[in-house]
Amino acid sequence: MENLFNALNNFFLIALPYIALFVFVIGSIWRYRNGFKFSSLSSQFLEGRQLFWGTVPFHIGILFLFLGHLIAFLIPSGVLAWNAHPLRLIILEVTAFIFGVAVLIGIVNLLYRRITNSRIAVVTSKMDYVIIGLLLIQVFSGLWVAYNFRWGSSWFASVLTPYLWSVFALQPDATAVAALPWVVKFHIVGAFLIIMLIPFSRLVHFLVPPIDYLWRPYQQVIWYWNNREVRKPHTPWSLKRPKNN
Amino acid sequence: MNVRAQISMVFHLDKCIGCHTCSIACKNIWTDRKGVEYQWWNNVETKPGTGYPTKWEDQDIYKGGWEKNNGTINLKGAGKKKGLLNIFHNPNLPVIDDYYEPFTYRYLDLIESPAMKDQPTARPVSLITGKPIDIKMGPNWDDDLSGTPDYARKDPNLQDLSPAEQEAMFQLERMAFFYLPRICNHCLNPACVASCPSGAIYKRGEDGVVLINQQVCRAWRMCVTACPYKKSYYNWHTGKSEKCILCYPRLEAGYAPACMHSCVGRIRYLGVILYDADQIESVASDDGGKLIDRQLNMLLDPFDPRVIQAAKENGVADSTIKAAQYSPTYKFVKKWGLALPLHPEFRTLPMLFYVPPLLPVMASLGEQDKSQGEKLDPIAKFWNDSWLYDTSTEDLWGTIDQARFPLKYIANLFAAGDEEKVKVVLKKLMAVRIHRRNVTVGDLAEEKVEATMRGAGMDVETAEEIYKLTSLAKFDERFVIPPAHREQALEMLEFTGDTKGSVGFGFKEKAERGL
Repeated sequence: MENLFNALNNFFLIALPYIALFVFVIGSIWRYRNGFKFSSLSSQFLEGRQLFWGTVPFHIGILFLFLGHLIAFLIPSGVLAWNAHPLRLIILEVTAFIFGVAVLIGIVNLLYRRITNSRIAVVTSKMDYVIIGLLLIQVFSGLWVAYNFRWGSSWFASVLTPYLWSVFALQPDATAVAALPWVVKFHIVGAFLIIMLIPFSRLVHFLVPPIDYLWRPYQQVIWYWNNREVRKPHTPWSLKRPKNN
Repeated sequence: MNVRAQISMVFHLDKCIGCHTCSIACKNIWTDRKGVEYQWWNNVETKPGTGYPTKWEDQDIYKGGWEKNNGTINLKGAGKKKGLLNIFHNPNLPVIDDYYEPFTYRYLDLIESPAMKDQPTARPVSLITGKPIDIKMGPNWDDDLSGTPDYARKDPNLQDLSPAEQEAMFQLERMAFFYLPRICNHCLNPACVASCPSGAIYKRGEDGVVLINQQVCRAWRMCVTACPYKKSYYNWHTGKSEKCILCYPRLEAGYAPACMHSCVGRIRYLGVILYDADQIESVASDDGGKLIDRQLNMLLDPFDPRVIQAAKENGVADSTIKAAQYSPTYKFVKKWGLALPLHPEFRTLPMLFYVPPLLPVMASLGEQDKSQGEKLDPIAKFWNDSWLYDTSTEDLWGTIDQARFPLKYIANLFAAGDEEKVKVVLKKLMAVRIHRRNVTVGDLAEEKVEATMRGAGMDVETAEEIYKLTSLAKFDERFVIPPAHREQALEMLEFTGDTKGSVGFGFKEKAERGL
């Protein structure tokens, strides 16, 4: 029995993360290189009002939670220092919980809209339901963990961050994590599953946030050739690749 | 001086018969696919009317184009701040119902229906859901003023007209309309390009065609909001925006765009115009009044040796400069000053110009001679020659001012409300007509003709030139397409070796919707 548990722990906490990350990296490159399918596939054009109450709470909430997890992963000492004062700890936990609830509300609204609106049903793929289902389970388990196993921001920084770093350092050590309650492990497995499915779903749009828009000049003119160079006899145009190809 | 070449268009509205052949030619080539059934890259609207999408000109609703505040111009409904803040949900995005729900009919039911007491019918079904729908809108639902109370009377261009003037336009005897064919304006200061967060939209340097890179578009859908002409459309199936491409594959092969090629009334002209790109920003941010003048001033004389020199230094091909010298659009827009941009107040510097319609502006409602009618039997219908429209040329300038189609309306469309601008053009158009009437019919007093010509600042030679390009021009005179240098044109699109054996134009994979 213990062997079985060990095997399961090893599979879900060590093998699965590597499979997920490998599939995510290779899959994302493959998907990006076949650029036409790289889109957020917005359905606002077919239905805009209901969407507002789904997409806005969902996106704002998930952005905050993603950044929260990322910071705890990158600078755990900072998070622990912040949490050193109980009031600050409570503020952080409550805010995170509220954003989690926002995600839950948003995703329920989005699911409801997908199911009930006949136009939206036309542009809904099976993968959309898989992703919505996974996200729903994930946010629910996250809220469950946050409520039942208090002060997650602290024990994430001290237990999960070393585990995640060990995975990235190619010296996986899941002993501490294996001792955590099964809901927490469930949440970890869900996270890696979602990461694995990013390249095969509409979640790819999260990989291409249009940040460079901020420093790009508004107008864009593209010359297929550098015209001045092209017309110089000593620079044959075949040497100058088109800029957008 | 930063000289660039732009392929520009002129639509001569007096010649448009509203047959929609252009729209169909475009639809058959480009938008006969799933997800774009509702898109009409070329559409023809009846004016007055609300157009397609409904009330597209009302930027209080759609927030398109640029607006000037604090000395600079900003996108009204998109841009770096608004665009990124609203990226999850764009409050200014039109939805499909603002255009219309695309539909077809179940024609097979007519054939396959079992024998029964009643005639079978072909029910309309939505092209989105496939379910039966009641058709409530189409791309030209208000064609020829149909449904006037719901459509024509809600035209945003009527805003500045007094209630009396508006009322007068819709009296049955005075009712007048004209057609407004629209395609993408391929602007010099395109709002769609500026609004695209992922940088997928760009202007081609060589000929100024504005295109959306389908590989880079991520469906942030800001261009749909930003284009004040609503000529950037969202493909709901592939999750990519699409727009008029000015048939660039045809242009590169030396053919006119399909809409222009098929135009029955031969209203369309296409040619190169050279312009000074350094001026774009300052012209687009001009304060009110001078916007049109300055936009026209940016366009350069292709015969000026300094312009030619600067163009060559900038890498503009000799063949393009030559095309600019023969350009029919340069003649209409600059040489003769007959064509004006549509809604210049949106500040996108559109490169599609319109010769405003002289008729029905010129015809006025004649006085009815009631005394004759009273002598007849009350049942008999009495038609007097001057009963309906007075198109006589007496009191010419007076007629323009008292036209049954208020000048203000035309000015709202083509001159940001400046009636003088429109009047100058209409005077010239009228002078050409009077001159030709004098030549062909000869029933006008010589002094009258001369006075008219002088009043419009027109000499006989110019009038003849205008007449010829307007009425007699052959294909090669209406469309002066610069060589795309075919030897380079294919390579302009892609490396031929990369795409050998692939599905075709521009794509390295099938254009399927994402997962």
